[in-house]
Amino acid sequence: MSALVKLVDVTKRYADAAALQPTNLEIERGKTTVLIGPSGCGKSTLLRLIIGLIEPDSGSVTFDGEPIAPDNIEGLRRRIGYVIQEGGLFPHLSARANVLLMARHVGKSRDEMQTKLQELCELTRFSSNLLPRYPAELSGGQRQRVSLMRALMLSPKLLLLDEPLGALDPLVRAALQKDLKEIFGRLGQTALFVTHDLAEANYFGDEIVLMNEGRIVQKGSVADLREKPAGPFVSEFINAQRGLATL
Amino acid sequence: MNRIRKAGKKETAKSGNQESRNTNSRIPIFLVSWLTDFLIRFSCVPAFLICFSTSAAGPAVIGSKKFTESYVLGEIAKRTLTDAGIPAEHRQGMGGTIILWQALRGGQIDAYPEYSGTIAQEILKNDRATSLSEIRELLAKSGIGMTEPLGFNNTYALVMRRSEAQRLGVRTISDLQKHPELKMGLTHEFLDRQDGWQPLRERYALPQQNVIGIDHALGYGALANGSIDIKDAYSTDAKIEQNDLVALEDDLQFFPKYEAVFLFRLSMSKDAIAALRRLEGTLNEKRMIRLNAEAERTKNYARGADLYFEHGAAPGNTVGESFPQKLIRWTLRHLQLAGFSLLLSVIFGIPLGIIASRGGPIGQGILGFASVVQTIPSLALLALLVPLPFFGISVRTAITALFLYGLLPIVRNTASGLQDIPRSLRESAIALGLSPITRLWEIYLPMASRSILSGIKTSAVINIGTATLAALIGAGGLGEPILSGLNLNDHVTILEGAIPAALLALVVQWIFDLLDRVLIPKGLRL
Repeated sequence: MSALVKLVDVTKRYADAAALQPTNLEIERGKTTVLIGPSGCGKSTLLRLIIGLIEPDSGSVTFDGEPIAPDNIEGLRRRIGYVIQEGGLFPHLSARANVLLMARHVGKSRDEMQTKLQELCELTRFSSNLLPRYPAELSGGQRQRVSLMRALMLSPKLLLLDEPLGALDPLVRAALQKDLKEIFGRLGQTALFVTHDLAEANYFGDEIVLMNEGRIVQKGSVADLREKPAGPFVSEFINAQRGLATL
Repeated sequence: MNRIRKAGKKETAKSGNQESRNTNSRIPIFLVSWLTDFLIRFSCVPAFLICFSTSAAGPAVIGSKKFTESYVLGEIAKRTLTDAGIPAEHRQGMGGTIILWQALRGGQIDAYPEYSGTIAQEILKNDRATSLSEIRELLAKSGIGMTEPLGFNNTYALVMRRSEAQRLGVRTISDLQKHPELKMGLTHEFLDRQDGWQPLRERYALPQQNVIGIDHALGYGALANGSIDIKDAYSTDAKIEQNDLVALEDDLQFFPKYEAVFLFRLSMSKDAIAALRRLEGTLNEKRMIRLNAEAERTKNYARGADLYFEHGAAPGNTVGESFPQKLIRWTLRHLQLAGFSLLLSVIFGIPLGIIASRGGPIGQGILGFASVVQTIPSLALLALLVPLPFFGISVRTAITALFLYGLLPIVRNTASGLQDIPRSLRESAIALGLSPITRLWEIYLPMASRSILSGIKTSAVINIGTATLAALIGAGGLGEPILSGLNLNDHVTILEGAIPAALLALVVQWIFDLLDRVLIPKGLRL
């Protein structure tokens, strides 16, 4: 089976600097690919290119065999789930309304929505009693669970997660990591996960993509990165993270 | 020669209102006459004005300027027509010369009292058309007729305390040459005018050096307590008699004649014109002074008119109305003015705000335009709209002006409310795959609702306040008693309009606070 997402020679420049050097990447179906690297390495840019928040200067992005273009982007986005650090929930809508927003928009039936909602509550371990609450009435972890439900509502082929656990305290974070991994497994979900935490990357990643200064430095497992580093930056990055972890 | 400024001066000094102060100055009036000239010369305005002429079918409409004598004369004309069996209404205190002249030409009013000197210099702009028959001939070209003089000449005069005049033996303006020590307290516009202090001083070779500018109403007080010895006044001013003053004879005939007449549309019915003409020669100066004095004493200009009809005819409608009735009429009209204009501001302001929130030259342009409108003094905006076709002296004009004023707070708050939405939330809405319309309607506008509503609230309160100025162009509302009160120098009448207007603003504020709870989504109020 071919890759779900293909980036071919994609570049992106912002006003002053190159955010992404010519980059090629394939995201395999049913696997979790983790993008890792220091701040400003281009990992979020890559994610935003795939969801069409920005357009590449050159090269092409293909989703499920379709090149992403302005005229088909809206339809493609409905096949992609997107979760960001703070959850991105709309404060004026209840948890339920946030989750159902797109389903209502595309005209799903009431029953269908209700069934799916129950299913997602169980999947994400979110108490359905909390559904009428507004984002301001939920904890950080609860908000991320709602955000995840919203992203999964239309059963997307691809789930994009941009440091989804970055703002949570360690206990909540650990619980959510466990739940997330389980969810990916149960759904056979193709996911692209952005983090700067190596342990998290190791926990989730079938394949880890290490980026630095707008280019992909190395792909593989954490073991590959550790034992066969592609350059001094890889060793430096691995050692820095390991040093902290062993403290 | 500028009667509007004469009247405007009185009004502004008492109101102390920055906006009316600005707009009664020369600039807007200059603009109005310029615009008027422009429109008359270069467009098909006359045709438009005829199309929008409103008075053809209804009762005869009498206009008046905003000072006591004009009010009284307008009321007298209305009663005369009514007594002759011709339905008539009186639009009181519609503003100054240009506004009334435009309204008369446009057919929004059928007649109003005017002065020969003003007609020659302000309206015809013809210093040489001095005789009444020449003036009548020129007016006829615009379809306007003029009665014979009503019998009095309301021109400028210099006045001083009777006792002082007798003691010094001063009877004429020439006599002042012998008394250089006398202190002059002149109104600001008299100091500036082409027929004012400078040429007067030259003509009479007056030696007085101690000349100060002082407000007209305050000048009488200064004269009474001896701070000044001489001031300018209008010859039929009731205060001359009340304060035991004497008007000095203009022995060199410096001041032009200001014979009071009625101007009327020649298309008025013969009966109506005949009724107006019955007023010719019936009011000498003494009698007019008495009517003005009665109007000011009773704080009710209709009483001045009553005195004219000495047989004691039934008082007019305005007099018969009880205070609660009047208050309801004013308030309803006020709400109508403020409400319609606010509705328009919302309908146009929110979309403009949405466009402005996107920035760029168009966004900047919209915000710039709304800000510029806000800086035009409200009276000037009214004066600018009046000469335009479609507008004229009408409720439309008032609503349009208020609408333009209400725009800025709504546009600005809509734009800033939308711009304040965090980028991450905007991107979440886009990434979900919502269409642009849905994003705007279901995400961005609700999130900006607090800001938008507070803009609407600001507009509403501003509109309630500014709507009081609508009375200046005869659009009514709570400004009506405020204007009459200012003119009669009667604080009670002013408060009859000012207090309800203030209460109305408070109520509106309160209603919007309640609306906040309904319209701002609960999730944003946590």
